[in-house]
Amino acid sequence: MATFFSSRLFFVSLAIVVIAATLPLYVSGYILGLLTVACYFGVFAMAWDLLFGFAGEVNFGPTFLIGVGAYTAGILNNQYGWSVYLCILLGAAASVIAGFVLALPALRVRGPYFGLTTLVAVLMLQNFIVVFADLTGGEIGLTIPDVITIDASANYWIALGFMTISAIILYGLSQSPIGLVLQASGQDPVQAGALGFNIVKHKLAAFVVSAFFSGLSGALLVFYFGTASVGTVVDVAVGVNVIVAAVLGGRRTVLGAALGAIFLIVAGEFLRPTGELATFIVSAVALLVVLFFPGGFLGAALSREARS
Amino acid sequence: MLALQILIDGFAVSALYALGATGFTLIFGVSGVLNLSHGAIMVLAAVAAWAAASVLQVGTYAGAGIGVATALVAALVTYFAVVQPIQRSNRIPNEEKEIFVLTGTLLWGIMIQELIAYFFTNNAKTVLPIIEGVVSILGVRTPQNEIFTAVVCCLVIALLWLLVNRTRTGKAVLAASMNPRGVTLLGLELTNIYIVVWAIYGILAGIAGVLLGMFLGVSSYSVGPLTASAFSIVVLGGLGSVSGSLIAALVVGYLETLTAYMISPAYRTIPALLLLVAVMYVRPQGLLGRR
Repeated sequence: MATFFSSRLFFVSLAIVVIAATLPLYVSGYILGLLTVACYFGVFAMAWDLLFGFAGEVNFGPTFLIGVGAYTAGILNNQYGWSVYLCILLGAAASVIAGFVLALPALRVRGPYFGLTTLVAVLMLQNFIVVFADLTGGEIGLTIPDVITIDASANYWIALGFMTISAIILYGLSQSPIGLVLQASGQDPVQAGALGFNIVKHKLAAFVVSAFFSGLSGALLVFYFGTASVGTVVDVAVGVNVIVAAVLGGRRTVLGAALGAIFLIVAGEFLRPTGELATFIVSAVALLVVLFFPGGFLGAALSREARS
Repeated sequence: MLALQILIDGFAVSALYALGATGFTLIFGVSGVLNLSHGAIMVLAAVAAWAAASVLQVGTYAGAGIGVATALVAALVTYFAVVQPIQRSNRIPNEEKEIFVLTGTLLWGIMIQELIAYFFTNNAKTVLPIIEGVVSILGVRTPQNEIFTAVVCCLVIALLWLLVNRTRTGKAVLAASMNPRGVTLLGLELTNIYIVVWAIYGILAGIAGVLLGMFLGVSSYSVGPLTASAFSIVVLGGLGSVSGSLIAALVVGYLETLTAYMISPAYRTIPALLLLVAVMYVRPQGLLGRR
């Protein structure tokens, strides 16, 4: 840990956060709105990377955890009018419970089977949201009466602060002894088990932490949007974006995932003039990165630094 | 009467699912690749058949042929441009190749989907059926196209069985799925076998896609659900087991049809998903899985 504070990565990250914090002083509200979403998205990707990059489990259903958090918070606010902060906390708690319930059966299986179980969880959640339309707003979406604030700068600072704190916690966790055990159990479960580590318990913990941050971020996101819909927080396509962001930024780096998420959203905006081809171009770029720079942006940068 | 209707419709849907899932499971059995661009290739075949028949006016048979050929090409491109580079890359650790293939094919599928949406819009397209008209089976009005779909699916699966079990190439494929190293030691080029498998897969996915286009119609939105349904059928039956996928396709097809008729079409996919979760919990290797 001590070496981290003197490493180049630390200073670069610090500089980026400081510069990012001053952005509201000179960019338009539209760009701030974009970056606010990007920050929440970055947390999704980082939480996913903890599970994949370290625990070695491919979670195809990040949006299950995100969606449960987002919808729980949204429904509580919509139905009972409880305070925003209470709803956000309860959303995160619901997400942790959902993650726990999903992880117990899912961690019994490995590889593609785990991936499928998580994918099925998303499809089920999507079905239930549509079926219980009275409560959830169905395909139209759920209207949320309260918002945290309507000030673009404040929203942006909240999102940036949230992302920074999440990044510190998740990165710290990944570099801690727990992170090392996770990494070991992801790469060689038999040997890690033989060394006396309880693999299931560690993976379960990773799943719960991942669920907590996904749910919290999802809940914050719906209170920013003022609406929760399948298309924004549950759809498989959203989950695919989270995965692409994490792989693009560099798996097993945590911080890279946030970078990838911001890149995806900003690139999508720059490609807006290309119209419907934007998604195609982003996917093509992501595929090229996967094929030629499998370490992702941050992975490539870090390995260059290590070499020099 | 309703029972007979469910029996007939369920069989047609199951046969279509079986055909779609067979190629998917074949690739996994032989080369350990889960191809997440599966749905995109099926939709591509259907859209190509639709475009050839409706826009270029080449006739229904030629249109269907063009659709299948497009899927064949797309499958081979998937192998050479996406799967093979990842498998041969020395920068990706071996234990992570699986997830890279998953991510790579997923992205490739999205690219195909977006191109289809760009050139042919998101609107649903129905391929002109080869056989039109309606017959009455014991009082149940059944489109002849539905019977045609079921017959073609069964024929193609039977042909595949013959190919795998009765020809030299097929036996090499079967051997590669059991022991790749043994096949290499016998002097067979593994890459050639993979190419054959991907070609077979392309034809199967193409036929399934074109038939789906005639039977239910497709749009670029069907890509995700199609991949997911093939994936779940294959896992339910046991990854890599062709007979397992056939059984699973029947189970899922009938379960969906039953739900749609007896309860409501809105709940169509839910029982199958619940069953899948239950099977994964009790028997993670699937109904006939080997691992």
